[in-house]
Amino acid sequence: MSGDDRCSGMSEDDGGSSSSYLTNRNGAGDSCSTFPDLVLENVLENVLCFLTSRRDRNAASLVCKSWYRAEALTRSEVFIGNCYAVSPRRVTHRFRGVSSVVIKGKPRFADFSLLPPDWGAHFTPWVTTMAESYRALEKLYLKRMCITDDDLTMLAFSFPCFKELVLVCCEGFGTSGLAVVARECRQLRVLDLIESEVSDDEVDWVSFFPENETCLESLIFDCVDFRINFEALVQLVARSPSLKKLRLNQYVSLGQLHNLMIRAPQLTHLGTGSFRLLENVAHSVQEPNYVSAFAACKSLVCLSGFRDIFAEYLPAIYPVCANLTSLNFSYANINAEQLKSVICHCPKLQIFWVLDSICDEGLQAVAATCKDLRELRVFPINAREDIEGPVSEVGLQAISDGCRKLQSILYFCQRMTNAAVIAMSKNCPDLVVFRLCIMGRHQPDHITGEAMDEGFGAIVKNCKKLTRLAVSGLLTDQAFSYIGQYGKLVRTLSVAFAGDSDLGLKYVLEGCPRLQKLEIRDSPFGDSALPSGLHHYFNMRFLWMSSCRVTRRGCQEIAQQLPRLVVEVFNWNEQEGRDMGDYIDTLYMYRSLEGPRADAPKFVHIL
Amino acid sequence: MEMARTVTCYESDLNLKATELRLGLPGTDEPGKQPSAGIKSNKRAFNTVALQPDSEKGDQHSCSATKAQVVGWPPVQSYRKNVFQPKKVEAETAGIYVKVSMDGAPYLRKIDIKVYKSYPDLLSALEDMFKCTIGVYSEREGYDGSEYAPTYEDKDGDWMLVGDVPWEMFISSCKRLRIMKGSEAKGLGCL
Repeated sequence: MSGDDRCSGMSEDDGGSSSSYLTNRNGAGDSCSTFPDLVLENVLENVLCFLTSRRDRNAASLVCKSWYRAEALTRSEVFIGNCYAVSPRRVTHRFRGVSSVVIKGKPRFADFSLLPPDWGAHFTPWVTTMAESYRALEKLYLKRMCITDDDLTMLAFSFPCFKELVLVCCEGFGTSGLAVVARECRQLRVLDLIESEVSDDEVDWVSFFPENETCLESLIFDCVDFRINFEALVQLVARSPSLKKLRLNQYVSLGQLHNLMIRAPQLTHLGTGSFRLLENVAHSVQEPNYVSAFAACKSLVCLSGFRDIFAEYLPAIYPVCANLTSLNFSYANINAEQLKSVICHCPKLQIFWVLDSICDEGLQAVAATCKDLRELRVFPINAREDIEGPVSEVGLQAISDGCRKLQSILYFCQRMTNAAVIAMSKNCPDLVVFRLCIMGRHQPDHITGEAMDEGFGAIVKNCKKLTRLAVSGLLTDQAFSYIGQYGKLVRTLSVAFAGDSDLGLKYVLEGCPRLQKLEIRDSPFGDSALPSGLHHYFNMRFLWMSSCRVTRRGCQEIAQQLPRLVVEVFNWNEQEGRDMGDYIDTLYMYRSLEGPRADAPKFVHIL
Repeated sequence: MEMARTVTCYESDLNLKATELRLGLPGTDEPGKQPSAGIKSNKRAFNTVALQPDSEKGDQHSCSATKAQVVGWPPVQSYRKNVFQPKKVEAETAGIYVKVSMDGAPYLRKIDIKVYKSYPDLLSALEDMFKCTIGVYSEREGYDGSEYAPTYEDKDGDWMLVGDVPWEMFISSCKRLRIMKGSEAKGLGCL
């Protein structure tokens, strides 16, 4: 659902791969090879085709020059975890026959307005370079990039075989760009706009798809915040026999949804629009049979949407519940009773996103039925700090008792206890992702009054597969000591309003060998902790620290010691012309083969 | 050295000062603090989580008691946050215009109270507009001692003293404003 799992690409910059650049800079076109060498390379190429994992490929490329060359020629999927770690030209030089590209841009905290706009992550240089070198490009997955309509136009005209476009958390483009893609990419199978900001240029992009049968398999536009031409959409769906995934936006009403569903009973993934009728439809008018429309979709396994829900219509989905593996109610303001009436029919559910409006009671119902649950996300309907929350440690405990196969959890709450977190660490040993957000800053265990150290400590200790952790609540350096001691597989760590001293950060930098992404805000970590990571920064994708206690000088020392690191610092208040003293607002540092980027805006200082 | 983290330490910082209604320019009475940034503003209320360079080691909890909005916290993306306040968003773009009369003034004015973020904000604008002094609100005395006192007509048609109810409640119930002469307003002061 989030789109994150879709990229099965290969990394440019996971641990070790960057060194393959440093040692084998002049890969292709070396001195003339002998016949045995050519045979070897031929064989190699044929064998390497079977290597798909990017880590395996990175390892293979390090063996020797000919392996490097062979690997470079046969790599078809390229993964760029940080668009500034490597230049487009360097990528296209090394990998010649690429058909699938994944590029990620801004750091995640940009989602929470912590990155000034115009910071960067422009797609233009990438599409321009790829347009020359990757004529056979088929798939593009972009996350947190700034894309313009011109970029989309260039894309549409440059890649005759283009099949899949997935844009996650992107912005900068509008309906004009989409229209060109729809019209020119005749082999388009996937057009997924996920959590992206699309501007309304008032171009009817849905009408631009080819008039005859399309190859469309997936059309996702739930994030588009304005009306689309519904008639055109109906006709598009009618002439897209391969369509399996359709996620509508909130401007499509229930009645309109019915219209679409009866034309696409082969759907496997459906995102409803607004789950109510239009205001001006009289109730005496014969209402379409929603239940039978859902019943006709025998392959439906994933449901989402439910915007602006009129819960009385929920029973319409009962026919598909038994086979549902994924249900997203995170836009549905429903209470415990309303949820219970649905969830009791969903024993096969593996992925469940929901609002905390269902309360602890609703979570207990989930725990009772969904024994196969792998991923749970509980979002707050009211994202504020100073209120009574509807979910608490009670819900978390219930989930941990009932859903033993849980692998991933994101849980927003106002109150939590160490006991419940410890229980989850023991009941759910398969946890890979544990993200707990206690919304009140510095909130202790609300029963014992203690810090949440023991709870998070238990998570890193007992969940041996844990790779992603987000902490919250009142935390002392002890919590970080636990993370450093036990979090040996942790790759992503998010910290906010936590810790006592520089020691906290030291523990993590020294203790977590797999750490790739470290994002910290509003925590008292300062300069003396930074050197603890010198041995490791080049293995990481990035380090983000905002509103901490690092000074310009502290960052400068790191920059001097590691010339391959790009150290960006900026102050919000510098934009306003105020002097905030020695501490910098934001430090964002990442490894790069290219040195300081040329497109940094004025407020970004690269040390 | 670990500092003991107890609930009492946290609770003792109720910080009543932060919730006290006061007139005067934002920030003037709170040394070192900036005016709290509006929720929608891109600029951060940097000092609301004041990790001040010179704070004592044990002092870190006092800053957590100020519940002013902090940018990007809780970490929920804006498109999720906005989903359940659509009406509010619409109302905010619409503006709430109310008539303002002042005793002795020849004609009325109209202002958009949506534009203001708080009572001090509104009152200083009124002082400016009508060239008068309204003074400081206090729960006990109202605007006692001031030349003028601001009052408003609420949804039920009653005349209320400006400042008694939370700002959001005031915005939604205020139908018109009247700046009364201090002498007349004495009767409206809370006992």
